[in-house]
Amino acid sequence: MDFLRPTTWAEALAAKADQPDAVPVQGGTDVMVEINFGVRRPVALLDLTRVAELGTWTSVDGRHRIGAAVPYSVIIDRFGGELPGLAQAARTVGSPQIRNRGSVGGNLGAASPAGDSHPPLLAAGALIEAESRDGGVRMIPADGFYTGVKRNALRPDELIRAFHMAPATGPQYFSKVGTRNAMVIAVCSFAIALHPGERRVGTGLGSAAPTPRRAAEAEEFLAKELDWAAPLAPALLDRFGELCARAASPIDDVRGSAAYRRHAVAVMARRTLSWAWHDHLGRRAA
Amino acid sequence: MRLTCTVNGREETVEDVWEGESLLYVLRERMGLPGSKNACEQGECGSCTVYLDGVPVCACLVAAGQAEGRRVRTVEGLAEGDRLDPVQEAFVECGAVQCGFCTPGLVVQAHDLLARVERPSDAEIREALAGNLCRCTGYEKILDAVRLAAERKASA
Ligand SMILES: Cc1cc2nc3c(=O)[nH]c(=O)nc-3n(C[C@H](O)[C@H](O)[C@H](O)COP(=O)(O)OP(=O)(O)OC[C@H]3O[C@@H](n4cnc5c(N)ncnc54)[C@H](O)[C@@H]3O)c2cc1C
Ligand code: FES
Ligand code: FES
Repeated sequence: MDFLRPTTWAEALAAKADQPDAVPVQGGTDVMVEINFGVRRPVALLDLTRVAELGTWTSVDGRHRIGAAVPYSVIIDRFGGELPGLAQAARTVGSPQIRNRGSVGGNLGAASPAGDSHPPLLAAGALIEAESRDGGVRMIPADGFYTGVKRNALRPDELIRAFHMAPATGPQYFSKVGTRNAMVIAVCSFAIALHPGERRVGTGLGSAAPTPRRAAEAEEFLAKELDWAAPLAPALLDRFGELCARAASPIDDVRGSAAYRRHAVAVMARRTLSWAWHDHLGRRAA
Repeated sequence: MRLTCTVNGREETVEDVWEGESLLYVLRERMGLPGSKNACEQGECGSCTVYLDGVPVCACLVAAGQAEGRRVRTVEGLAEGDRLDPVQEAFVECGAVQCGFCTPGLVVQAHDLLARVERPSDAEIREALAGNLCRCTGYEKILDAVRLAAERKASA
């Protein structure tokens, strides 16, 4: 096995281009489990933790551009106010030790349907910045990033440089079902983001389909039916829950049955919309 | 490959490290530091918790090569000479140790909590220790120990 240690982004891209089979490693919280258990024996590990810019963030066109290796603990500390949905999801990841190492970039690389950062990235309309030496930069909308179970839109020579997310313009919530608070892979999860300026609501479902996905029909329904100045009508809330559940195509597995997941998605959709709406009306009144 | 890093304040170099090896394996099997325990190798139990550049992490999930040039502090590096750290003392006094397998990880994790938060609430203690499993004590005495250590550190 080779152990590649680029210290600059250009070196990292060159290493990946020269050896597309090399497995990138940041926090290692997915990769090392697989290596420790012999599930994976990569020809090479490409350690990205020495590429300083992957651990930093900047602002671009009013959006945050957050390096792929920024750990969850930093997302929680620095972005709780401006990216509340993602920060809430980050708080539910693993344990403090896992959050000190694990990153959104690694979550995107693993592309597990249960990955907790995906629903808030989808709901907020995040962009994923991928780059390769020979192909340059591609900005991939979260919505088009997840292509199958643990598969993503990255090409073999590409690495994730950062993700881009605009500061929230309205309330955002994340909800996750699991057997306890810490150290839980989501049975299913749900994220919502209100975009009051555009009169639009974004959604994201986790662990409820082969890939994380939006509930597009439910979003269209709200865009048409919501009165942004009025309390939520119970019938509208129910319908929203139904449409979100309909967007799911869950499986039965050890963590939960498909029927339970569909039910839970509807409950989380109604709940998170109610919480967000409560905040939204409160802000209007203030 | 060769690996050089600072462990408990001393620069250490080891040879013939396999590229897929974890920092935990290097510490235990190559550097003679068996304090950090190997109980799951998948980040679930926290018994391998060490500081890496001042941040508590599961050593079983750090690739050995990622520690190159970095500072590692293990449970062996908490005491000052013969004087145990207040967290270690409190664990002994409160009976927070039974088989002891979880103890090194809990001690490092609690040490970090008390370095950041002077008087943590019970909720904060529980949250900080949520990634450390103990099969023996039922956690109550561990909580007692962290509270006692916090009190002593705050009034010292
Ligand atoms: C005990 C435990 C609990 C966990 N709990 C949760 C949880 O609650 N929720 C959750 O979502 N996840 C959880 N995870 C999984 C894991 O922590 C997350 O997926 C995390 O986001 C991975 O980040 P990382 O930096 O550690 O990734 P790594 O393990 O370093 O990499 C993960 C994948 O991404 C690829 N990759 C890494 N960086 C890049 C890059 N820059 N460009 C392209 N590909 C890249 C790697 O090759 C690999 O395929 C848990 C893991 C453990 C061990
Ligand atoms: S051995 Fe590392 S967390 Fe269990
Ligand atoms: S004392 Fe035995 S596992 Fe904690």
